[in-house]
Amino acid sequence: MATRSLNVNGKRVSITIDDPEMPLLYALRDNLALRGPRFGCGLAQCGACTVHVDGKAVRSCALPLSSIETAQRVVTLEGLGTPQRLHPLQKAFIEEQAAQCGYCINGMIMESAAFLVANKRPTAAQVKQALANNLCRCGTHVRIVRAVLRAANT
Amino acid sequence: MNRQFRPSRRNVITGSGALFVSFSLVSPASEAAAPAAVGTKPLALTEVDSFLAIDAKGTCTIYSGKVDLGTGVATALRQIAADELDLPLGRVDLVQGDTLLTPDQGKTWGSITIQIGGMQIRQACAAAKHALFDEAARQLAINKEDLKAADGAISGGGKRLTYPELIGGKRFSIKLDPKEPVSTKDPKDFKVVGQSVPRLDIPAKVTGTFTYMQDFRVPGMLHGRVVRPPAVGATLQSVDEGSITNIRTAKVVRQNDFLAVVAENEWAAIKAARQLKATWSKWEGLPEQAKLYEYVRGTKIAKEEVTSTVGNTAEAMAKEGVNTLKATYEFAIHTHGSIGPSCAVAEFKDGKLTSWSASQATHDLRKQLAEMFSMLLADIRCIYLEGSGCYGRNGHEDAAGDAALLAKLTGKPVRVQWSRQDEHGWDPKGPPTLVDVRGALDDAGNVSAWQSEFFIPQATAGSWLIPLVGAKLAGLPQKPDLAPGNIFQNSAIPYKFPNIKTVCQRLETTPFRPSWIRTPGRMQNTYANECFVDELAAAAGADPIDFRLKYIDAADKRGIEVLDRLAKLCKWEKRPSPQRVLTGDVVRGRGASYVKYELYRTYVGAVAEVEVDRATGVISIPRFYVAHDCGQIINPDGLKNQIEGSVIQTISRTLIEELKFDRSAVTSLDWQSYPILTFPQVPEVVIDLIDRPTMPPWGAGEPAAAVVPSAIANAVFDATGVRLRSIPYTPEKVKAAIRAT
Repeated sequence: MATRSLNVNGKRVSITIDDPEMPLLYALRDNLALRGPRFGCGLAQCGACTVHVDGKAVRSCALPLSSIETAQRVVTLEGLGTPQRLHPLQKAFIEEQAAQCGYCINGMIMESAAFLVANKRPTAAQVKQALANNLCRCGTHVRIVRAVLRAANT
Repeated sequence: MNRQFRPSRRNVITGSGALFVSFSLVSPASEAAAPAAVGTKPLALTEVDSFLAIDAKGTCTIYSGKVDLGTGVATALRQIAADELDLPLGRVDLVQGDTLLTPDQGKTWGSITIQIGGMQIRQACAAAKHALFDEAARQLAINKEDLKAADGAISGGGKRLTYPELIGGKRFSIKLDPKEPVSTKDPKDFKVVGQSVPRLDIPAKVTGTFTYMQDFRVPGMLHGRVVRPPAVGATLQSVDEGSITNIRTAKVVRQNDFLAVVAENEWAAIKAARQLKATWSKWEGLPEQAKLYEYVRGTKIAKEEVTSTVGNTAEAMAKEGVNTLKATYEFAIHTHGSIGPSCAVAEFKDGKLTSWSASQATHDLRKQLAEMFSMLLADIRCIYLEGSGCYGRNGHEDAAGDAALLAKLTGKPVRVQWSRQDEHGWDPKGPPTLVDVRGALDDAGNVSAWQSEFFIPQATAGSWLIPLVGAKLAGLPQKPDLAPGNIFQNSAIPYKFPNIKTVCQRLETTPFRPSWIRTPGRMQNTYANECFVDELAAAAGADPIDFRLKYIDAADKRGIEVLDRLAKLCKWEKRPSPQRVLTGDVVRGRGASYVKYELYRTYVGAVAEVEVDRATGVISIPRFYVAHDCGQIINPDGLKNQIEGSVIQTISRTLIEELKFDRSAVTSLDWQSYPILTFPQVPEVVIDLIDRPTMPPWGAGEPAAAVVPSAIANAVFDATGVRLRSIPYTPEKVKAAIRAT
């Protein structure tokens, strides 16, 4: 067992791990009890586990802890905003009622948040392209696109 | 009346030495005021107290056997209760799917949660309100007719009594008789029903504060991972326990062919499951995929079920001068495709089992667990926690069986999380469907006969339980039933032809453990029916919507109105199919479809607009129109959300999805080998909701899925003049069909 230091949601945290190759997702969910990032495939195919590392959207299910520098900033859905202080995307997802089961929504918001930083006024087609590798099974896509466009315009 | 409930932040119920923890839907209201039941709470469908309780603070808790599978019914059910009881929505709480607390209202399937479950709750609330009025009239010495209810209180003659003052914390002890329903609120007085109330679960879901099944933990629990056989029917010959000794805390757990690993942390369990060396027997009992439909056609027929018969089709077809048409339609084997693989937690304590899962039928799951472990029902409690959307019976129940078995074998609470490969490989599947349809047109272009045969697996009589994978592998008691759901539905048709015969050829077996995937049978059967109606319309040179209207019973005004509104919605241009502009690679068309769900409820009409690239075979769908009548609408925006979802998911099924397998097992084990629709392929969905506040609410969700495949097929024909009859419509199949004409 070894101790590992991480910067998560603006805080320095220390976790005890057996395997430095453990994907970040399990550190976030199991060691730090965060619920935003979700396990969907473990293959970086669906996007449910998306978090930000230094502002970039990454698939935490396939990102070994060993590849993250101690100083790198990991941000999860919880770090983006809280029920009391919603991020504009979280607010827009509520306003557009852009969820059904909601299992994929973490990925939709995290991917879009990173996308909007570099694309302040995207078109619907650009949003769809940005989310092309995020899967939703309930079929909430049209609302998700509307929510991202709404957030971009606020 | 007994004191029955006390408020508590978290339901902690102590009984028979076992600590039970239950959660209601996570929302500010429920976090603050979820009541806890002490002792035995009534569960019978004939008792008001089974469905609701009003606590001393005036919060009403609704106990629902039907659960929210991500569809928003947790909000809609509360709307129904709040309106019937004249309570603010914020003072209605909900406990769902807990065998200790909620009545057995049957499985959450078939789009009947509002239609049946919600109406049982409405009845219970109405009966409760009548009792509150009686009590208020007695206490205030005022006639019931002179009293009014609002905001959780009854007033009259200048006096006011709150519900807690009238009943708070006590039982109603009133019987419900489904044969003699009590009077309910006049729909014109609805305040909450019919409103697009924002869903109560969404704020938590977008902020990472919602507790999904996959988030649930109990102290001291182990993480389990199953190791499934590499072939469906393989047996386990040997396990090399030494192959995982380098992984701290990881242990092999085995019973017969049930193989799993447990560890103190999740990653260790995952690594151990991957690393474990085991030897399995060879098994190649699956049919050859390339010859799947030949296999289906060759499967022994266990039973012939005639689902409708009018006149004499054989005579009508044999008549001289009739134009007979025939077609065969195929619908591939599909998976549910939940984004979050199934997960469950189980704990044995003092001989009692508690199971947490995302089961759509906790009361049924309890029966299966009782059978599996030869236990009494009373010694098992199954608690529902919302998982990833499941659209039918996916792997949730199987994961619950796995977790219970591992908890039993290890003596510790165990959380089982299926992998992506477990879910794609081992969830029960929507069976392959093969349909032969024949029709006859007389010389005036009128349909004179319709005859269809549906080749679908049989359902074990009286059984609605899909055998649990873990129980089967472990050799534990488990009925070997086939339970594909009511897949005969919508084999009969909503049209008045003079001669009709529709038959389900119930097959003795089917390649994979079958289950109900969203819109089971109704989707596949309506696909064949509505494609063939379109084929007849084209042969008759008729406009496809007019053709349908001609054969809908004139008394069926709601069906007619749905198609009329659909035509207006999409600015339907009256003409026969196909269209004639065949220049360039990309051609455009539109196709219609219609369903009267199960021939007695929800009406849906749909039009797909498609573009077909004849060079690449790619079908794209810029717009999809739906006109929808499910009677009284509880939450219009929630309903739209469900319709959009059904349309998009079923477009995915129509264009892309097909389970892949070799002779041993499923080979499409991830999203690359079993892709689904992605954002760039998603159409605009245009919906016209027909609200009928004074009519009973019917199901929504499933019905819209029924019309999607045929609307697309018919639009492709309209665009290209080519009929596609085998789902999915992959570019290869489209190109081949175009080349063949």
